This record gives sequence, C-alpha cells and structure tokens, in this order.
Amino acid sequence: MDVSQYLEIFIDETKEHLQNLNTEILNLEQDSENVDTVNEIFRAAHSLKGMAGTMGFKRMQTLTHDMENVFSEVRNGSIKVKGNMIDILFQCLDALEEYLNLIQESGDEGTNDNEPLIKQLNEVLNSKEGGAPAAEKPAEQAKTAEPDDTNGQKWLSIKFDDTQKHVLREAVGQGKNVFGVTVKVQESCILKAARAFLVFKALEDIGEVIISSPSVQDIEDEKFDLDFSLVFISDSELDKVLQAVKSVSEIEDAQGAVIEGDKIKDIAGEAPEKANLPAVEPQGAGEKPVSEKQPAAAQAAPAKGNEKKNQVSKPAVNRTVRVDIEKLDVLMNLVSELIIAKNSLVSASGDRGGNGGVNEHIEYLESVTTNLHESVMKVRMVPIESVVSKFPRMIRDLTKKLDKKMELYMSGEETELDRTVVDEIGDPLMHLLRNAADHGLESAEVRKAAGKPEVGSIFLDAYQDGNNVVIEVRDDGAGINTDAVREKAIAKGVITPEQGENMSEQEIMNLLFHAGFSTAKQVSDISGRGVGLDVVKSKIEALSGEVEVKSKMGVGSTWTIRLPLTLAIIQALMVDVGGEKYAISLGSILTIEDITPDEIKTVQNKEVINIRGSVIPIIRLSGVLDIESKKNPEDNMTVVIVKKGDRQAGLVVDELMGQQEIVIKSLGKYITKCKIISGATILGDGEVALILDTNALF
Amino acid sequence: MEELKVDLQNETTQFIIVRLGGEQYGIDIKYVDNIVRMQHITRVPKVQPYLRGVINLRGEVIPVMSIRVKMDLPADEYTKSTRIIILKLEQQGNIGIIVDEVKEVVTLDNSQIEKVAYESKEEKDNFIFAIGKYADGGLISLLDLNAVVLEKESV
Repeated sequence: MDVSQYLEIFIDETKEHLQNLNTEILNLEQDSENVDTVNEIFRAAHSLKGMAGTMGFKRMQTLTHDMENVFSEVRNGSIKVKGNMIDILFQCLDALEEYLNLIQESGDEGTNDNEPLIKQLNEVLNSKEGGAPAAEKPAEQAKTAEPDDTNGQKWLSIKFDDTQKHVLREAVGQGKNVFGVTVKVQESCILKAARAFLVFKALEDIGEVIISSPSVQDIEDEKFDLDFSLVFISDSELDKVLQAVKSVSEIEDAQGAVIEGDKIKDIAGEAPEKANLPAVEPQGAGEKPVSEKQPAAAQAAPAKGNEKKNQVSKPAVNRTVRVDIEKLDVLMNLVSELIIAKNSLVSASGDRGGNGGVNEHIEYLESVTTNLHESVMKVRMVPIESVVSKFPRMIRDLTKKLDKKMELYMSGEETELDRTVVDEIGDPLMHLLRNAADHGLESAEVRKAAGKPEVGSIFLDAYQDGNNVVIEVRDDGAGINTDAVREKAIAKGVITPEQGENMSEQEIMNLLFHAGFSTAKQVSDISGRGVGLDVVKSKIEALSGEVEVKSKMGVGSTWTIRLPLTLAIIQALMVDVGGEKYAISLGSILTIEDITPDEIKTVQNKEVINIRGSVIPIIRLSGVLDIESKKNPEDNMTVVIVKKGDRQAGLVVDELMGQQEIVIKSLGKYITKCKIISGATILGDGEVALILDTNALF
Repeated sequence: MEELKVDLQNETTQFIIVRLGGEQYGIDIKYVDNIVRMQHITRVPKVQPYLRGVINLRGEVIPVMSIRVKMDLPADEYTKSTRIIILKLEQQGNIGIIVDEVKEVVTLDNSQIEKVAYESKEEKDNFIFAIGKYADGGLISLLDLNAVVLEKESV
C-alpha cells in the first residue's frame, strides 16, 4: 500500500483548504466574533493537518497542528483575535503553500521547519488568559487514553477459521512468533482507513497479517470505530512490531502480546476459556500514549525511513480536474449514442439498396458528435473562482504594504473557462490588479483632494460574451496620463517625437504593453520594473486572447481581457486564398459581403469599403499571405468582415468553402515567427489547413 | 534501456545514411522518430525560407524544413525517392527534414568517428560534427542535428 496514489488528491484538497482558510481568515479579520467562521477555520485546519499527517509530511503537519491549537483556543474563547495574530496566520498559510509547492514539484515537503512561525504561534497561544501552556493538550490526551487500557486487547476475541488455524500451527512449527495486536487510532483522525493501511503496510514489511477484526475489506471501507485488531506472524520481537505500528502518525496506541505456541494449539483447538490466553504483560513502551507533540526519537526514526522510501523516486504530479458526475454521465450517454450511430452507419453501408438511409444516419452522427464536443468542453470548464478567490487576500496585503486604502469588488467568479486557460490566467490578472493598486489608485490624501472617497475601489468582473469570456479589471484611480506615457515612450526611444505627435490617445495607451515600459516613477516590488504589462499581453495572446486598456484621466482605468471559451475545438469558416485553404474562427466573423471592385475606395493610401454606412478597411489576404490570388481582379470580390473588439476589417478571399468544426492543433514551438497564423487543423482528407489569427491582422 | 546499455558497452552508434544532392550524410538514429514518403506540405506564410511548411503525421501537425535551403544547396527537387525524416528533439519537439534519398543504416564504432574542428567559417560545415570512416575506407559526414535544426538568426 503506497500513499503516492493519493498525492494528487492530497494536493488538490490541500489547495482547496488553504484557499478556504485564506478566505475565512479574511472574514475573521472583518468579524472576529463570528462563530461559524471560527468553526470553519478550525475544520479546514484540522483536515489539513490530518491529510498532511497521512501523507507523511511531518513539517506541514506540525505547523498546521500549532495553527489548529490557536484556532481551538479562539473557538473556546480563551484568545481574542488580534491584528498581529491574523498576520502570523497568513504567514503560516504562505509557509504551507510553500510546502505544497515543493510537494507538487518534487514530492517532498523540503526541509524548512518554519520554527520562527511556530514560535510565534506558541506565543499567541501562551498569551491567552490564565496562561496555561500549550503542553496541556497532550496531557489531556494521555488521560483519555488510559481508560482504554482495559479494552485495549480486543484481539483476544478474534475467531479463526480452519485455514488460519492451520497457518498458525505451521508458523509456530517454524519457530516464528505469533502476536495479537490491537491498534487504536486517535479520535481526531480523519482518514482512518488510510492510517490503518499504513499500519498494515508497516506490518507487512516485517511479517504477515493472518487475520484482522474487522476484516481487511471493512477496514478499507472505514467500517470500524477507533480500533482494529489483528493476528500477526513475524520473526521480529513484540517491541519491534508495536514500534512499527506506532511509527504511523495519528495512531494513539497499539497493544499486543505474544501468543505462545501451546496457546495457539488451544486457539486452534477452539479453546473455550479465554482465560487460558497469556496474561497481558504491561508493555512499558506500548502503553505510552503517542501524541503528536512527542516525536520521540524511536518513533521518528522509522517514520523518516518510510517517508524516504515513499518519496524519493516520486515524479512531479499530473494536473487533475475534478468533474461533476452528472457531466460525466452525459458524456457517457453521448459516447454510447455515438457507437450506435456508427453501427447503424456500418449496417446502412452494407445495404446495397441505395444511399437513402446513409444521409440520415450521417446527420444523426453529426448531431451526436457536436453534442459530444460540447459536453467534453464542459468537462474541461472550471469556474475562474479557483483563481480569483486568492485576490482579496492579496489586496489586503497590498493595503498594508502600500499604505493605501482600497477595496476589491469581484463579480462573476462563477464564469467558466477551459481549465488550461484558468491555470494560466492567474498571473496576468494578479499583475493587472497590482498595477491598479500601485499605479492606478492614488493615496488617500490625493483622493480626498480630488473629491473622491478615501477608500479606492478595484473591480474584477468576469462575464461571458458570445464565444468569449471577458474579464475586466477596473479601478477608480487617477487614470493613465497619456502625456506622461508619450514623454516616456519618446525618452525610451520606443517612438520618435514625430510619431508621438500623430498618435491617438488610444495608441499611446497601447504603448504601455511595449516591452521595457513603466511609468511609475519609483520601481516598487509590487508592480515590478515595467516588464509586467508586456508579459501580461504576451501571456494572454498565448491563450489566444487579447487585452485592451481604456482610461480617463482622474476617473480611472479599465483593463479588458478577452479570452476564447475553449482552445480545443472551434467552429470555423474555411476559405480559399490562392489555392490554399485557411480557417477563420466563426467567433470573429461579423458578416460576409459580395462587393464589386469599384466599391473599393482609397483613403490615406488604405483600401476601404463603405458598407451600410460604416467605413471598413480592406485587407487583401493574398498579399498578407504572400500568395497570388487566382481570381480575376475584375470579378466580384468576397469579403469576410471580421471584428476585434469595436473595430472591423474586411478580408478579401478567393472563395468560401463552408463552415466546419475544426480541432485546433499547435504549429509547435518551432514555427514562432508567423504571427498571423494561430494554429493548424487537419481536414477530413488528411490535409493540413492553417488557422488565421484575425486579431493579428488589425 | 536494454539496447542503450548494449550500445554503451560496444561504444557504437547507428546512423541513417541519407543523400542530399551528391553528398551523403549520417543522422544519428536515436534522433529519428520516423521516415515518411514525401507528401503534401502545407505552406506557412511569413516564416524562414527553409521552413517548407507543415504536414499531418497521424493527426499531429509537424513542421518540415529543407536542409538543402538551410545549407545553401540548390532547392529540393521532389522525386520518388524523396523522404521526410521526422526527428525527435527534446527542445523543439518533432520536426521533419527533407532528404533526397534514404540509403541504409550503418553501425559505426566510436573509434571510427572523428570529431571535426571548426576551422572553416562556412556555415554549411558547421552542420557537421564528425566524420565517420567506413571499414573499407569510405567517408561520411555526420550531421549535427541540433545545429541543423537550431534557429540561426541574422547569419
């Protein structure tokens, strides 16, 4: 039994608990009297401790244990929540997150003991009224453990069947020791079954478990109270056996005795009087209650050995998505339908009686695959909540760090995005928020002078817009000073003074996304050195999204991120340009127009058309793609009108080939120079067609 | 793993011998994922001239480059014996290179492989990391695939 198979779940759940703790501690800071909050925190800390213990991450366990102590005192009302305590708790959460990151990368929690933090926690504990030391708890545990001694020998009541009797007799014949052991897990233990597994595993290293009560299956299913008993054959001594059992954490006690050879015969012969069994010798080492506060050397050593063995060769973990069972059911049903559709197609093609049926079946197949695609997409979708829920905490930290008053308002956390996108979007969003906090919002005095409320507001709104998800980061700060940006850009040599003159405000704001640009007069560790925004841009573009900024001096700025709902499969319009096939995402297409060559006008050396009152620039794809159009220039032209945000452009293509659902494939790391192609797809005939990134054409 | 061990013991390397124009070159077999017949290559606009485009290899989109163009040899002429060798490189992923012909696989002892020192500044020579010597006295240039595939800007 190896715990490594639980590692992924452990990491996922730990993340959840940490996030939960972050949120709840924030709540606690707002409302220190709320009993529900404290209980929730306590529960999360407790589960965290239990899980860390199960997985053998001792340092993590120790730290959470001490945190739990603090929460427990808060719950009892013997400690009041204070500002510095919240700070310490947040630091602890950071430390735990660090452990988690290490575990995720290497499967090992690392060697940082975080002693200063533990010390601080203990100080918090000691500061409680009455000043009772933290050591009180283990003592209590010891007390509760004692009465169990009387019934700690449950293995005495285990019954054997014939085979087991036979095995026992044989073992004794070979001069092996037979033990009866009763193991008691701590009441606080959460994953009892996992604990029991570890016990079994430890025992199987040194011998053989003959029988257990309850049965192994029941133990696996956690169908036991707090103790389980077993009979065990081994070459080792009793002490060693008990020690092996106790090296598993959260095991409160293990008791046992050697079953002597002649007694075995008694058992085997179904001796009725249990009195015949050996008197229980008090096991000096065995009766000491093992509490977590006592990592006695004897216990720690084997435990460490175990950890090593479990973790050394462990690879970094795969990412997992936990999926709603209903979504999977739908998926499963669709797959079955697909198989049926396929079968009917096969049989239909077998019928020589004409093609009438085939078309019908193909249509059916098509609708099933479309639905299948949709539900697979849904399975991959996760709410962005998992990313954005860490931001309130960040803003709180920034409030202290920057000494500005600000409040974060979030909406649309439930908006769903492809898992891959959600994973990647966190950093850019964090950057934008930090920017808003650092550069966007003014200090309280300035705000007051400008007649704004002292507390600055930052908004994070997410919503779905057609095939896109839009995430907006908005602040009510100073806005972007375009003159400052222009000056800076000229000073940095990003643009020439003449260019600067001719640029519109919007164009100047877009300069902010240029590499090596920062308008903050001081470099702070919050918004970095101006490498930020261009990284934000490139990251979002890597996700096939786009980012825009709008700003009004004195009113605030809005950063808009627009992301495609999914990256895997899209509906596309296939077009022919000079004999080559290209795909244009349907999501970006507005209309398709048929125009005559003389409708094209030239304005400022650019070709434009006037469609229903709006003037739209024309892009000849054949020119952009370095290929010769096969169409007669005097013929009517097919123009695909695409949009990017509010802007529009008309793409001249040779021919339309129809709409198709395409699977997006990457061009690979090798082809990076081509900005106007966002990927490739494989057509029904096996040919590769390229996907035009219309956003890059503007 | 087994094969690797054997290889190390005997200190031999296997090379696929390919023809490019009049010359023959060796490609270390451990980088070769696959050899496929010439097929339709979808041109990708606005890329380096030696990148011919992409092909569909069993559902994967794989870029294909022309070593001839990269080595400043006359452009490829596709014939019946033209092949695309799919290379498996750690950094760049899979990439195909076009060769005029695939001849055979040879096994060379390490003593038969002589590393070349770069004296010539000529770019073409930089793609060769060693010369292999056949037992019968024939010579073969062994391609340094990383150099071949590596992006060379502004040379």
